[in-house]
Amino acid sequence: MNPYVIKADKLTKQFGDFVATNQISFEVSKGEIFGFLGANGAGKTTAMRMLCGLLTPTSGTATVAGYDVYKQTEQIKRNIGYMSQKFSLYEDLTVIENIRFYGGIYGLPAKELKEESESLLEKLGLQDQSKKLVGSLPLGWKQKLSFSVAILHQPQVVFLDEPTGGVDPVVRRQFWDLIYDAAENGITIFVTTHYMDEAEYCNRVSIMVDGRIDALDTPGGLKTQFKAATMDEVFYQLARGAKRQAD
Amino acid sequence: MKQFIIFIRKEFKHVFRDRKTLLMLFGLPIVQIVLFGFALTNEINNSKMVVLDYAHDKGSQELIAKLEASRYFEIEKNLLSDKQLEAAFREGKIKTAVIFPPNFYHDLMHTNKTQLQVIADGTDPNTATTLVNYIQTITGQYQQQVMGQTKLPYRIVPELRMLYNPELKGAYNYVPGVMALVLMLVCVMMTSISIVREKELGTMEILLVSPFKPLLVILSKAVPYLIVSLVNLAVILLLSVFALGLPVNGSVVLLVSVSTLYIITALSMGLLISTTTASQQTAMLLSLMGMLLPTMLFAGFMFPIENMPLPLQVISNIVPAKWYYIIVKRIMIKGLGFASVWKEVTILFVMTMLLLGISLKKFKIRLA
Amino acid sequence: MRTILFLLQKEFRQIFRNRSILPIIFVMPLMQLIVLPLAADYEVKNINLAVVDHDHSTYSAQLCAKISGSGYFRLVNYGSDFKTAFELIETDKADLVLEIPAGFERTVVRENEDKLFIAVNAINGVKAGLGGSYLSRILNDFNQDVRLKWMQLPRYNSMPVVEVTSSVWFNPHMNYNFFMVPGILAILVTMMGSYMTALNIVKEKEIGTIEQLNVTPIRKHHFVLGKLIPFWVLGMFVFSVGLFIIARLIYGIVPLGSIALLYGFLAVYLLAILGLGLLISTYCDTQQQAMSVTFFFMMIFMLMSGLFTSIDSMPLWAKGIAYLSPVTYFIEVVRMIVLKGSTFTDLKIHFAAITTFALVLNAWAILNYKKTS
Repeated sequence: MNPYVIKADKLTKQFGDFVATNQISFEVSKGEIFGFLGANGAGKTTAMRMLCGLLTPTSGTATVAGYDVYKQTEQIKRNIGYMSQKFSLYEDLTVIENIRFYGGIYGLPAKELKEESESLLEKLGLQDQSKKLVGSLPLGWKQKLSFSVAILHQPQVVFLDEPTGGVDPVVRRQFWDLIYDAAENGITIFVTTHYMDEAEYCNRVSIMVDGRIDALDTPGGLKTQFKAATMDEVFYQLARGAKRQAD
Repeated sequence: MKQFIIFIRKEFKHVFRDRKTLLMLFGLPIVQIVLFGFALTNEINNSKMVVLDYAHDKGSQELIAKLEASRYFEIEKNLLSDKQLEAAFREGKIKTAVIFPPNFYHDLMHTNKTQLQVIADGTDPNTATTLVNYIQTITGQYQQQVMGQTKLPYRIVPELRMLYNPELKGAYNYVPGVMALVLMLVCVMMTSISIVREKELGTMEILLVSPFKPLLVILSKAVPYLIVSLVNLAVILLLSVFALGLPVNGSVVLLVSVSTLYIITALSMGLLISTTTASQQTAMLLSLMGMLLPTMLFAGFMFPIENMPLPLQVISNIVPAKWYYIIVKRIMIKGLGFASVWKEVTILFVMTMLLLGISLKKFKIRLA
Repeated sequence: MRTILFLLQKEFRQIFRNRSILPIIFVMPLMQLIVLPLAADYEVKNINLAVVDHDHSTYSAQLCAKISGSGYFRLVNYGSDFKTAFELIETDKADLVLEIPAGFERTVVRENEDKLFIAVNAINGVKAGLGGSYLSRILNDFNQDVRLKWMQLPRYNSMPVVEVTSSVWFNPHMNYNFFMVPGILAILVTMMGSYMTALNIVKEKEIGTIEQLNVTPIRKHHFVLGKLIPFWVLGMFVFSVGLFIIARLIYGIVPLGSIALLYGFLAVYLLAILGLGLLISTYCDTQQQAMSVTFFFMMIFMLMSGLFTSIDSMPLWAKGIAYLSPVTYFIEVVRMIVLKGSTFTDLKIHFAAITTFALVLNAWAILNYKKTS
C-alpha cells in the first residue's frame, strides 16, 4: 500500500535535445498542500502534465493515487481533479450547466450530483448566478468556480496550474481558503505558481530551476536553509543562476 | 509610414508561419487551374452507350463503327432485351441506348428512309440533349457518306469561323472564372478571419490603444493578402499560358491593374464581414458557406447568366466576380483595350468604394 | 455510457445558444438550395444572333424568320454592316454573326451553291459548338425547303435519310432542377457537416477546454461520439428539410425510390464526412488552419464530384481522384434513388465505398486523437 499520493522518481521529459524536466524526485502525502514553484519555463507545467496523464515521460517513474503514469493514465484521471491556467469552463454554458456537466463526466450519480451542485453553489454564494453564463462572471468567480468543479467528485489529488493569475489579493485569499478547506477534507493539493507569497501557504514547497528540483522543504525550512526572510529571497537566490529564459 | 511597414511585416510573419494555411493559399489556385484545365469540361466524352442491333447489316455495322470511333461514346455491350435495358439504365451503367430496327440498311437503300431509335437517360437533361445531338450529328455524317459524291443542287454551304478559341478549348472559358473565384474567396476569407481573430484574442484592443491609427492597423492586415493574391495571379497566368496554351491577347499591364482593383474589392468585402462578426467561426462559415457557391454560380463561368431567371440575373449584378470575369475575358482572350471595359471597371470601382465606406463607418462606430 | 449523454447535452446547448452560427447552418444552406438550382442551367438557349444581310432577298428574309422562329436564337441586330455586328460580339451583346453575301438568292438558284458566313464567339466552347450545330441544322432544313421548291417531288425521298427518333427515360420532362437540386442538397450538407465538425473541435483546442476533457476519465470513443452525434443529427435534419420541404414544395421533386434506402445512405455518408472533419481537426491547432485545410479538400471534392461536369469526360488520373472522394459516390446515389428509383443492389458498390470511407476516416481520426501526447 503506497503511503504517498504522489511519488516521482527521477522523472524526466525530453523534447528532442531539450530536457524540459530533468530527473525530478519527490513524494507528496495525503492531505498535503504541495507547492511546485519555479520561474516560467522551469519545467513546472511539463511535470504536472506528466503526473496528470497528459504527457508520457521519457524516463523515470511516477505514481499518482497509486497508479502508474505510463500504463494507468485512465485510472489516474478518475482519481484526480485539474484546473488549468485557462480555467477551462465553458463560457457559453451557465454555472449550473458546467457543474452538472463535469460532475456527470466524473460519474456522479444523478441524486448525488444534484446535492453536490447545490451545496457548491451555496458555498460559493453563487445561488443567484447559477443560470448565468460563465463568460459573464468576473475573473475571480470563474477561478473559484473552476476549482470547486475540479474537486466536485472528491478526487484524491487536485492539480492546480497557476490558478490565481490576474486577480486581486482579496480574491486570492478567498481562493486559498477554498484550498485549505479541501485539504482538510483529505484532498491532496498539488499547486504550481510563480507567486512566491503563495508558497508560504503550502505545507511543503519544491523549487524548480532549469528543469531540476533545486530545493524541497517546508517554507520555514527553506528560509532557514537559504538564510532568507521571505520565500521571494529564497527563490531569487536559486533563480539567479538559472540559465533558461522564461518562455 | 514606417509604422505601417512594421505592421505589415508582422502580418506577413503570421501568414507565412502557418504551413497548413499556406498550403491552401498557394495550393488551391494551382489545383484549380490543373483541374479546370485538364479534368473538367462541359463536353460529354466517353459516355457509355448500349447498342441493340436487330439489323446486323452493312448499315448498322458502319454506323456503329462511326459511333464507336467518336470520343463521345464507349459502346458497352450488345444487350438482347428491353428488360435488360431498363436495368442497365437504372444501375447507372449507360447513358444512351441506340436501337437499329431489322432491315435498317435495306430500308435505307430501297426507300431512302430508315429509322434509328435513341433512348437517353434524362436524369441529367443536359447530358441527354448533348448526347442526342452528338448522335444526330454523327448520323448526319453517315447520311452524307451514304449519299456519296452526288452533289445536290441548290446547296447552301455554311462556313463556320470560331472566334478567339478555334480549338474550342474549355480552358478559355474556365480560367478567367477560376481567377475571379480564387482571388475573391481567398481575400475575403483570409482578411475577415485575420481581423476577427485579433478581436477574439483581445489583441485588437492593444493595437487600437496604441498610438497608431486604427485604419493603418486594418489595412496592414489586408496588405499581405494583396501580395499573396498578386502572386497567385501571376502563377495562374503563367500556368494558363504555358501549361494550357491560353493567350494573353491584350495588354498585360491593363490585366494586372484591373486584377489589382478586383483584389481590393475582395479585400474590402472581407473587411466588411469582419466588422459584422465577433467570432472567427462565424466569419469563416459566413465566407465559406455564404460565398462559395453563389460566387461560383453568379460569376457566370459555370453556367451562363443569360439562362438564369430574371431576378437571379439582377442579383448577379452585385457579385463583383461577374464583372471581373467579363473584363478578363475581354482583355485576355479578345484582346480588347480599356475602352471596351471602362464601364465594368467603373462598376467594380464603385463597389469597392461602397464596401470600404460601409466597413470603415462601422469600424469607427465600434470605436466611438 | 452516461458520459456520452452529458457530452451531447453540452454540445447541443452550445450549438443552439450560438446566435450567429445558427442562421448560417440552417438558413443559409436552405436558402441556397432554393436559389442556386434556378441558376444552374447548362441548356444552350437564347443565343444572341446578329445578322448582316447584304442580299435583302426573299431567301434572306425567310432564313432570318426561320432562325428566330426556332426558339434557340434571339435576333439582336439586323443590319448590313459587318463591323457593327462584330462590335456586338466584342461587347458580348451577340454570340454569333451570320453574314449573308450579296446576291445570295440568285447565286444559289443560278449556280447551285453559295456560302453563308458564320462567326461564333467560341470562348465558351460548348455553347459555340452547340450553337453552331443548331444553326447548321436549321440551315440544312432551310436548304431542303429551297430544294423542294425547285425540284419535282419524287415518290420517295430524294436522298437517304436516317430518321433519329429519340425518347428520354427518367425525368421525361427534362427538368434540370430534378438533376441539380438533389446534388446541391448533398453538397450543402457535406460542407456544413465537415466544416462544423472540424472547426468545433479545433475551437476547443484553441480555448483549452480540450485539455480539461483530456484530463477526465472520458474515453476517446465517448469524446468522438459526443462530437459526431450532434452534427450527424443536424445533417439529417437539414437534409430532411431540404428534401421534404424545399425540394418537394418548391421544385415538386418526389423521390422515385425508397426513402428508407436514401436515409440509410445518408446516415453512413454523414459519418464519413464528419469523420473527415474529425480527422482534419486532429491535424490542426487553430481554427484558421482547420478552415483552410477543409476548404482545400471541399473545393476539390465539389469540383470533381460530377455535380457540375461529367466524370466520364475526365482523363483517367482525374477519374481516380473523383472516385477517391466520398462526395462523388453520394451524389450519384442521391440522384439515382430520387430520379431513377434505383435499388440497393444497383447501388451496392456505392454503399461499400461510402462505408469504407466512414470506417477508415473515423478510425484514423480516433487513432490520431490522443488524450496523452
